[in-house]
Amino acid sequence: MRQTATMAWPMQAGATASPGLHRLLPPSRRQPGADLAGHVRAHGPLPYYGAAGGLIAEIRSARLTGRGGAGFPVAVKMTAVADSRGRAVVVGNGAEGEPASRKDKQLLWLSPHLVLDGLQLAAETVGARRAYLYVHRDDRLHRLLADALAERSAAGCDRVAVELVAAPPRFLAGEESALANRVAGGLALPTFKQPRIFERGVGGAPTLVQNVETLAHVALIARRGAAWFREVGTAAEPGSMLVTCHHAGGASRVSEVPIGAPLADVLGLGREPAQAVLTGGYHGTWIPAAQAALLPLTNSALRQAGATLGAGVLAALPSQSCGLAETARVLRYLAAESAGQCGPCLSGLPRIAGAFTQLSQLEPDRRCLADLERWAGLVAGRGACHHPDGTVRLVRSALGVFSGEIERHLRGRCTADRAPAGGPGRVPATAPASFLPLPADVPAGGAGPAGSPRSRRDWR
Amino acid sequence: MDVRMRINPIACVGHGLCAELLPERVTLDEWGYPVVSAEPVPPRLEAHARRAVTDCPALALKLERIR
Ligand SMILES: Cc1cc2nc3c(=O)[nH]c(=O)nc-3n(C[C@H](O)[C@H](O)[C@H](O)COP(=O)(O)O)c2cc1C
Ligand code: SF4
Ligand code: SF4
Repeated sequence: MRQTATMAWPMQAGATASPGLHRLLPPSRRQPGADLAGHVRAHGPLPYYGAAGGLIAEIRSARLTGRGGAGFPVAVKMTAVADSRGRAVVVGNGAEGEPASRKDKQLLWLSPHLVLDGLQLAAETVGARRAYLYVHRDDRLHRLLADALAERSAAGCDRVAVELVAAPPRFLAGEESALANRVAGGLALPTFKQPRIFERGVGGAPTLVQNVETLAHVALIARRGAAWFREVGTAAEPGSMLVTCHHAGGASRVSEVPIGAPLADVLGLGREPAQAVLTGGYHGTWIPAAQAALLPLTNSALRQAGATLGAGVLAALPSQSCGLAETARVLRYLAAESAGQCGPCLSGLPRIAGAFTQLSQLEPDRRCLADLERWAGLVAGRGACHHPDGTVRLVRSALGVFSGEIERHLRGRCTADRAPAGGPGRVPATAPASFLPLPADVPAGGAGPAGSPRSRRDWR
Repeated sequence: MDVRMRINPIACVGHGLCAELLPERVTLDEWGYPVVSAEPVPPRLEAHARRAVTDCPALALKLERIR
C-alpha cells in the first residue's frame, strides 16, 4: 500500500487516521464534509477541461469502472452518451437502496464537494446542461447537500445547475430505469428498457448515470491524472474502491482500499472465526471462508469464484450463525422489494423466499430443494430488471456453500441451535437470524409467500 | 434475416394466447406466464409469430431482428 504517497487529504495534527487509503475520504470522520474552501485547500480548484469530451481520454487511460455494481468502463459510457442524439442529462446515483451498503452515504457526508465536482465534470464531458443528484432519502444528508450546493452557487464554481432528488428507501430505487423515472417526477419503478437509458433516459434525453463514488474518482483523476490513479490497484483493475465491511465480530465500517488488497485483511478474516463470506451484497454470492481468505479483491479473481465486487459490500458470516436463516431473511426482504410488475418475479420471488424459509427451519420437507431449483430456473432472466437474476445468484450460491447446513437441518440439527430439541418445522433457538443488516419491517418467517405488494406511495 | 420473439414482462398480463398461437416458441410456466424461446423463428412459423404479436391483448410481444 503506498498510502502516504497517494494521500489527497493533509493529516490533521493529532488526528488518528482510520485505516485504508484516504483518496476519497478524509482521515478524520468526526466532522461532516469540509466547507468549499477546505475542500479546495485539500484538493485544489475544480479543473474544467474547456471542451466536451476533453476528460474522456484521461478516464480511459485510468481504466476507471463504475462503482455502482456493474463495473462498466466509464469512458465507454460517457462516449456513448456524448454520441447519442439530443442534449444529454447527467445523474449522480446515490440511491444506495442496498441495506448492507453505507459507502455512498459516507462519501456524500464526508466529501460532498468531490462528488459535486465529478458531476460538473461529467456534465461538461457529455455536453449536458442539466444535472441531478439522486440520493437516498435522509433529511440530514439532504440538508448537508443542499448547503453544499448553495455554497457552490454563491462561489460561482458550478457551470450546470444541480437539482437534488430524493430516492425512496427501496432496494430497486437505484436501478437506472427506476432512477430515470423518479428523476423525471414519476415513481422509482423499473421500466422495460428499449432503447437503453444512455440513449433515452430522463424525459427522453440521453442520460449518463454514474454512481456517486465513480464521480468522486472522476474529480480526482481530472486533477491528478490517470497515472496517479493507477498508482494503487492492479494493472488490469487500477485504483481504489470504497467497501462496506461487516466483520464476523459484529463491527461494520466503510473504508477505502486499493483494488487487489487481500480480502482476508480487508474483512479481518484471520481475527474472528467466519464460515462464509458474502460478496457483492444481497444480489451477490456466498463463498466459503477458507476459499475467500485466499482471494484478492479484484473482479477477475472473484469471477473465478462465481462472484463480483458489486458495489463493495463484504460480510463475514460468524461461525456460530446459520447461513440458511440469514439467507432466508434476505430473500424475504428481496421478495418484498420486488416491484411486482412482471409475472415471474411477482409469482416466483415470494415462493423462493417461502421455500428457503422452510429450509432454514429444522427437518424441512426435502421437496423444497427441488422447488427452489425449479423456481430459480423459472425466474432468472424473465424480469424487466435484474432483480430476479440477482436473487437467483444469492439462492444458488447459498444452496452450494451451505449444503452441509442443509444436511444438518434435514437431520433436525442446526449450527446456530443451542437447544436441539423439538420437532419438524421448529425454528432454531437463535432465530430470527440477525447478522446481516436489514430494515426492521422484513416479513417474519413462515412457509407461505413472503411480503405484501407495496403501494404506489412507497416508490416516491 | 433471422428474427425471434421478445416479450415485455411488465406489459404481459398472462393471457396465454401467445402459447396457443405459437406453441413452437412459447410455453406457459406453472403460474401461467409465457416462457418465450430465444431461438430464431423459422420462415414457416413467421406468419404465426406475427399473428401472436398482433393478437396479444397487452401488446407485450414483438418480433426482433437478431443482430
Ligand atoms: C436492482 C438494482 C439496484 C441498483 N442500485 C444502485 C444504487 O443504489 N446505486 C448505484 O449507483 N447503482 C445502482 N445500480 C446500478 C445502476 O443501474 C447503474 O448501473 C449505475 O448507477 C451506473 O453507475 P456506475 O457505472 O458509475 O456504477 C442498481 C442496479 C440494479 C439492477
Ligand atoms: S423484474 Fe421484478 S423487480 Fe424488476 S421490474 Fe419486474 S417485477 Fe419489478
Ligand atoms: S398473449 Fe400477450 S399478455 Fe397474453 S401471455 Fe402472451 S404475451 Fe402475455
